[in-house]
Amino acid sequence: MTNEEIKQAITTFLPSAAYDETGEFLSILVDGTELRPLMRELRSNLNFDCDYLFCLTCIDWKAHLTMVYHLLSKKHKHTIVVKAKLADVNNPQIETVSDIWRTAEFHEREVYDLFGVKFLNHPDMRRLLLDEEWEGYPLRKNYVDENMIEI
Amino acid sequence: MSLLGEDIVTEEGEFVINIGPQHPSTHGVLHLKVWLDGEIIKKVQPHLGYIHRSIEKMSESLSYRNFIYATSRMDYLSAHINNQACALCVEKGLQVEVPPRAQVIRILMAELTRLSSHQLWWGCTGLDLGAVTPFFYAFREREAILAVMEETCGARLTQNYSVPGGVMYDLHPNFQEHVKDVIKQVKSKFQEYDEILTGNVIFEQRTKGVGYISPEDAVSFGCSGPTARGSGISCDVRKWFPYDGYEKVQFKEIIREGGDCYSRYMVRMEEMKQSAYIIEQLIDNIPEGDFQAKTKMVLKLPKGEFYQRVETARGELGVYIVSDGAASPYRIKYRSPNFSNLSALDHMARGSKIGDLVAIMSTIDLVIPDVDR
Amino acid sequence: MAETEKLVFPAQLHQTQDGGIVVSKLDEMINWARSNSLWPLVFGTSCCAIEMMSAADAKYDWSRFGFEVARATPRQADLIIVAGTIVMKMAPVLKRLYDQMPDPKYVIAMGACTISGGPFFYNTYSVVKGVDHVIPVDVYIPGCPPRPEALLHAMITLQEKIKHESYFGKGKEKSK
Repeated sequence: MTNEEIKQAITTFLPSAAYDETGEFLSILVDGTELRPLMRELRSNLNFDCDYLFCLTCIDWKAHLTMVYHLLSKKHKHTIVVKAKLADVNNPQIETVSDIWRTAEFHEREVYDLFGVKFLNHPDMRRLLLDEEWEGYPLRKNYVDENMIEI
Repeated sequence: MSLLGEDIVTEEGEFVINIGPQHPSTHGVLHLKVWLDGEIIKKVQPHLGYIHRSIEKMSESLSYRNFIYATSRMDYLSAHINNQACALCVEKGLQVEVPPRAQVIRILMAELTRLSSHQLWWGCTGLDLGAVTPFFYAFREREAILAVMEETCGARLTQNYSVPGGVMYDLHPNFQEHVKDVIKQVKSKFQEYDEILTGNVIFEQRTKGVGYISPEDAVSFGCSGPTARGSGISCDVRKWFPYDGYEKVQFKEIIREGGDCYSRYMVRMEEMKQSAYIIEQLIDNIPEGDFQAKTKMVLKLPKGEFYQRVETARGELGVYIVSDGAASPYRIKYRSPNFSNLSALDHMARGSKIGDLVAIMSTIDLVIPDVDR
Repeated sequence: MAETEKLVFPAQLHQTQDGGIVVSKLDEMINWARSNSLWPLVFGTSCCAIEMMSAADAKYDWSRFGFEVARATPRQADLIIVAGTIVMKMAPVLKRLYDQMPDPKYVIAMGACTISGGPFFYNTYSVVKGVDHVIPVDVYIPGCPPRPEALLHAMITLQEKIKHESYFGKGKEKSK
């Protein structure tokens, strides 16, 4: 599907979505609370058929956080990027997508570990890369650690 | 933190053991907690982070020229391909055109890296399953390839040869001759590899039917590289999203339908032959010209996001740079192939025995620093 | 009639009618035996482990020097070659492995990461900046990664160091 067709199909499903075509891929910008129905639709609707979630990450923009999901359809060969905005910086929460794509189980644990975003209904929400007793979320921009030697 | 935080015997009568972090066949520091019923595996839970070196955080304070070399240490067996991915991403942001000579040099180095990585994988697979001879034979060829790389790039393992715009120095004058000798040597040994391991009845019994993953599950778990191609999924980034001149090179994408350890093994053996074929095509046709495009001393990417994917020896590596216009990246995310391949380990290993777990881990070909970054 | 010969082996050979008598100091005998049969532990965390494996293969071959048998369990090893970065999660594991090794035990710190944190010194929150914060080290090898020949040189240096130890008397305790 071309970008125009994707935009039209998504707008009929979710009118509040915004679009950003300045980058390499088409990006859909939604709020964190509207993520899950959109993800379900992208996976199960055979026109999109996005079966391959290849990158799941988070960006800390200091005033808000953005979750970024890169999706690829093996059949139609189109790439869609979904960005979900999390406005609450102190207690960010979002629904999990690990039952839609199993790869998200590990990726979401990593985002929780490094950014502190809690994923609701995740089967195993624990830290992945750091110690269980570690305090703080290192990849946040306001992370302070006296052991870190900064240039 | 205790390594075994709960009782050894659970209420269902299962026995919990730790494998690793220090273990000869975990290919790095991987800690697996395995729930066993006798010798049958009920659940495998990987514990990561024993080599988490915070490369992503560190890259946020390095310049666009420097952060490339931290990635050589991520998946160190395809170090050149990692560097190539970062250089390509920065070039995408700067919209710099790489000269054809540099593209061909980078492809040649990448295929040599892939060959040497698969050689080491083959040797270690034999070693894990109990055969010690393949280890020495594989390193014999690998040393020949590393000698070629050392002559041109200056280092054996962490070559640090790619820069945004091309490669750091020109090729050594003896490069073509040495590479031709090496390829002749490597090709003459493929028959030997098949005789030692592939056709061996013990090896076949240990790998056929073991560690099955279906195509739908492989895609759902985000597997890529030979792990997914062994289950029939076509996913070679060099064919799907060609980069750096791969569209001009002839080679086949190797896919096998079996889904078990033996299929993944055969995919890698065939890929070695394809890599040798690519090198043969290019070694006599290296174009003349510049080896590096002219770029500024201090690089600044424009505001925006850039994603570049490459095919390493283990799967699809993605480099995602978010830039806000400064001289350092705002956020870098490395989508590493081993992270997703490892998440499928639990699914593949349930119902098999501990010896099969070792066979599965060796055919997924894990490099743990790439998982932890 | 006694003839003395100085052998490569640290002893003197006195020829007698039916063969010879070897005379040496007990310290030198013990040091000779220990230094020529150090068994390393299989321990590699990251990139330096590959160069360690290259030192074990047929081209560089550390088994010529007696390091043939690489044990998987620390209880049967005398040498731990720390090859690769040590992070805070791995440090207690390394200490536990070191404690499980029986005396006399030796440590080689291989690579820049184990000397001081290496390329991961600045702006990292999880790397231990030098393995000597965790266990005492005998020989340091610089390099990122060091060549297999550098590892062999370090092992020979360790052998030289062991030859100066003293089993009886005050040289026995290694300084921690």
